[in-house]
Amino acid sequence: MMSKREHKFVSADPELCTGCTLCEYACALEKDGMFNPLRSRIRAVRLYPSGNIAIACRLCETAPCVIACPRDALDQSEENGTIIVDDDKCDGCGWCLEACDFGAITIHPVTKKAIVCDLCDGEPKCIEICPVEALSLASRDTHATKARIEASRKLLKAQEESEL
Amino acid sequence: MDGYAGKILYVDLTTGESRTEPLPEKMAEDFLGGAGFGIKMITDLQRPGTDAFDPENPIVFSLGTFCGVMVPGASSKWGVSGKSPQSNALGEAYSTGFFGAEMRRAGYDIVVVTGKAKGPTYLYIEDESVQLMDASHLWGKDNWETEAMIKEELGDPGVRLASIGQAGENLVRFACIINDRLRAAGRTGMGAIMGSKNLKAIAVRGTADITVADVEKFKELSFEMYKRAKGPATEKYRGLGTAGNVLVLNKAAAMPTRNWQDAVFEGAEKISGEFMNEHYVTKIQGCDACGSRCEHVASVNEGPYKGSYARVEYEPIYSLGSCTGVDRADAIIRSVQLCDLYGLDALSAGVVVAFGMELFEKGLITKKDTGGIDLRFGNHEAQTEMLRKIAFREDIGDILAEGVARAAEKIGKGSEAFALHIKGVEMTGYDVRGLKTCALGYAVSRRGADHQRHGAYGPDLKGTVDRFSVDKGRGQLVIDGEDVYSVIDSLILCKFNRGIWNFDEMAQMYTHVTGLPMTGEKILLAGERISNLARVYNVREGLGRADDNLPIRCMTDPIKSGVAKGSLVTRDELDILLDGYYESRGWTNEGVPTKAKMDELGLSEYYQSIEGLAKKPKPRKAKGKGGAK
Repeated sequence: MMSKREHKFVSADPELCTGCTLCEYACALEKDGMFNPLRSRIRAVRLYPSGNIAIACRLCETAPCVIACPRDALDQSEENGTIIVDDDKCDGCGWCLEACDFGAITIHPVTKKAIVCDLCDGEPKCIEICPVEALSLASRDTHATKARIEASRKLLKAQEESEL
Repeated sequence: MDGYAGKILYVDLTTGESRTEPLPEKMAEDFLGGAGFGIKMITDLQRPGTDAFDPENPIVFSLGTFCGVMVPGASSKWGVSGKSPQSNALGEAYSTGFFGAEMRRAGYDIVVVTGKAKGPTYLYIEDESVQLMDASHLWGKDNWETEAMIKEELGDPGVRLASIGQAGENLVRFACIINDRLRAAGRTGMGAIMGSKNLKAIAVRGTADITVADVEKFKELSFEMYKRAKGPATEKYRGLGTAGNVLVLNKAAAMPTRNWQDAVFEGAEKISGEFMNEHYVTKIQGCDACGSRCEHVASVNEGPYKGSYARVEYEPIYSLGSCTGVDRADAIIRSVQLCDLYGLDALSAGVVVAFGMELFEKGLITKKDTGGIDLRFGNHEAQTEMLRKIAFREDIGDILAEGVARAAEKIGKGSEAFALHIKGVEMTGYDVRGLKTCALGYAVSRRGADHQRHGAYGPDLKGTVDRFSVDKGRGQLVIDGEDVYSVIDSLILCKFNRGIWNFDEMAQMYTHVTGLPMTGEKILLAGERISNLARVYNVREGLGRADDNLPIRCMTDPIKSGVAKGSLVTRDELDILLDGYYESRGWTNEGVPTKAKMDELGLSEYYQSIEGLAKKPKPRKAKGKGGAK
């Protein structure tokens, strides 16, 4: 049985991310065949001078957007954890947007329905185009593993240095 | 037309009125965007012979063709043009960041600003809404504060800005325009024009869709170009960046040092790209939809310049490093940051400071003039303090703020012999004394001293030609470079990505995006057309062969050391180069486009404005005249 914890979402490594927003372009092109960051399911952020990251839906375990929706228009897929929007129910009120801590769900500028990363059937265009491979599909466990390795590296290096 | 927003916005700061006009399809095809649009608009709209600070003059912001579209290195390229307060001729400058894409989404291809506001003002464009906002509280603020304050008061962190700092307000003739904190439309004093109009900034927010004509074909070509954009053709810019040129040019004895008294800098290692990357560069990031990345953000973590950060590139390392004899990377980073904050063109600013240093060392000015500063080569503290004095026009800074050409005229005493400029615009960092194809490129450059109009250092440094000799054939080499660059600066493709394109692909991309027919041949012809119209503008402003010149030092004072030791460009050599260039251009020997050439390029309507000017070349008397003080 698959647990939600193993669901993978589009994750950006801020060390690699150049803040170029190319992921936004690729997403809007893939989904709508035109360009507008407002049509993108992933958004890049730059904090001056050089803090860069891109944010897409993190497939939260108890997704606040789903809970917040007063019309029950949002549901979370058991299969891959993505947020599924029922366009018939969604009236674009934006509660989901306010509930999301990451700004990862938004309202489409034309349809006025909630839009959110759907992982492009498992092959996200943003990951394909990212020129620095800053984007990848990762689960929270992948992140934890990476963090453990990084922490260990620092820890062991510190130990090595103190032994010298 | 897809791609293009299809609209030109006109704003009159005197009346406060604005209106739009459709972008004519023929203009799009013939002039592409960016440089082509800018040059055409100022030629059409500006009365010849006006002072650069004449309120009626237009300043034109023109977007690259692919702003807002997923094309590598081209998604947010924008240009600005107007009559340069440095050259009294064509002023143009280009920048990237994120401002251009936002402007396209707001619905405009070109923004033409004329008139002068009664008091400090900024322009706030939010889609169809165009407002003049009070900027009294922003006057006197630097670029970064201005950006933060406007975003805050508009309550929208997504607003993008192009602004001026104190240098632009104070009409420093080489004031630049800054956007997205680290990007500059640097050259030819466009920031001073904004200042003369009381225009502190343009803030823009756009929400419109940008469509492309043929989505499937576009996707295919776009993804292919992105693949190339991260490949070997851009490796240099992703690695050391342009700062990698420091050691290369220094070895070639082509890195101007101490105001061009030499071309080899003994401190090159300490200001090299290698050294910067190892000790100071903390991040290499990208502009809007860049497939490569080159923006080397360098931060200083200790010492007197602790907390400083800036984008490092070869050119400011030359101007604020070797040219002023400063061999400290941290001081250079701080100096570049000051230029961004005050809104000084970092390139000109360094050459101006270097000129001041030579004046001081030769005893033509003293501490009385400098306000007590020991303005010697290599004194980094003097440099940072002098940058401030220039921006605020204090002490000798008031004269230096006029640029080296005018400053030399004011100071006299033979100082013009070490004023490094062409057409009033300070020299960029290629020592043309030992790069003679490049020397021609600099001499004829339409915006004054510049390597970016032609890239003619290429054949010299690659050894395609003998860089120490001249022949008439160099003319065609420079022309080829100029016309390619006219295309590149009009589509506005990032020059660091130029290696990934050929003309046919540029044309294909143009057609897939806009739906307008285009071929490689036609696009190159557009380049030639744009180069020629720029010349028409300059001729109309009174420039001719006599202005296609080199700095006195480059023709009298040979390089002192290294592999180029003893090299300079003689008057005779320059004449051979110019003869060859004009001939290959199809211009008269006085450098005026002929009727036949104008007809060939579809510029017949402009011939009348320059007819007869060939016969009576005017001596240059622009320097020192006009507006500022």
